Amino acid sequence: MASGTLTSSEYITHHLTNLTYGNHPEKGWVFASNGQEASEMGFMAINVDSMIWSVGLGILFVWLFSRVAKKATTGVPGGMQNFIEMIVEFVDDNVKSVFHHKNSMIAPMALTIFVWVFLMNLMDLIPVDWIPHAAYLAGIEYMKIVPSTDLNITLGLSLAVFVLIIFYSIQQKGISGFLAELSLQPLGKWALPFNLFLELVGLLAKPISLALRLFGNMYAGEMIFILIALLPFWAQFLLSVPWALFHILVITLQAFIFMVLSIVYLAMAHDHH
Amino acid sequence: MSINMTILGQIISFVIFVLICMKYVWPPLTAALAERQKKIAEGLDAADKAARDLEAAQQSVEAELQESKARAAELIEQANKRASQIIDEAKTAAQSESDRIKAAAQAEIEQEVNRAKEALRAQVATLAVTGAEKILGASVDMNNHQELVDKLAAEL
Repeated sequence: MASGTLTSSEYITHHLTNLTYGNHPEKGWVFASNGQEASEMGFMAINVDSMIWSVGLGILFVWLFSRVAKKATTGVPGGMQNFIEMIVEFVDDNVKSVFHHKNSMIAPMALTIFVWVFLMNLMDLIPVDWIPHAAYLAGIEYMKIVPSTDLNITLGLSLAVFVLIIFYSIQQKGISGFLAELSLQPLGKWALPFNLFLELVGLLAKPISLALRLFGNMYAGEMIFILIALLPFWAQFLLSVPWALFHILVITLQAFIFMVLSIVYLAMAHDHH
Repeated sequence: MSINMTILGQIISFVIFVLICMKYVWPPLTAALAERQKKIAEGLDAADKAARDLEAAQQSVEAELQESKARAAELIEQANKRASQIIDEAKTAAQSESDRIKAAAQAEIEQEVNRAKEALRAQVATLAVTGAEKILGASVDMNNHQELVDKLAAEL
């Protein structure tokens, strides 16, 4: 625990608060000293910890993969190349089984989503106190190291996918085709407002469900780790190890689901009805 | 837990990472994979071809072997035939040679016999004359009785 004087609820709140830098209405551009200040900053604020870990892990991903890609041999691959190729082939298989159009962006995007989200989720397996406590010792009040427990991060990803859905829908079908798709089904042109409402809800549900599913799973998992961390140390070990083992499945599955659903949504955007 | 600019930062970084991935990660890796797939396919093809070649070579070896066996048998037969032919020829030659030698020897013997007969005959004539002289007690005129003596000698 960061400090022995914290109560349980303070401890939990502390662990679930981002390090936020923003424009406070009264204090100007500062680091928020607590969650309330952070929310008072409104939109003009940035979760520095989420951003650093997210971008850092993204850089780790592109650094690792491009390093292997640059040295990629067509002969017998070494261990690292083998591992990377396994991931690439896994993603490629998934893309090929779902996405049947020609688009050179989908597969790299799917790979980026899968590995990046996986790495962000993986931070959940680092014992909850290590890095926040180290940051605390270094004078940083808040440090939330799992970017995917920040709704901004998951929503950012899903909105990017959403923009791509809209873009490819219009590119493939034209604006009129896209609007027709939104308004003329499922009940035909006489129920146009109803159709439009239904399809818009369906369309908006895509990014929101994508973001909330990942966020919810990760947030809940993190919360359980934090709750376990509040127990006596012998119980911590008994509970956190099985939960971590189970969580390995969850983080992989969530990364996989995010990737597959993104591919599916983009495949739907390419499909003509 | 509020929505703020982090969302924009995340969108921007996502776009950047996807672009990097599209340019530097995905193409070389998939190219390497495709290339290796091609290589493996080629390798398997080559192995198949080699196996087929081997089979063909074995077959041709078999055929060659069969042929050379036949040829060897033929040669042996020919050689045998030739050998017996040579033996026959040699036999015939030897036979004729021995015949010739025999005939020559015979002729020589005959000649010798005749010559001996001639000599004997001549001596017989002389002996007869001498004998007659002794019996008659007078010399027999060789010139007068030449005809008689010759007749005697021819009768011997």
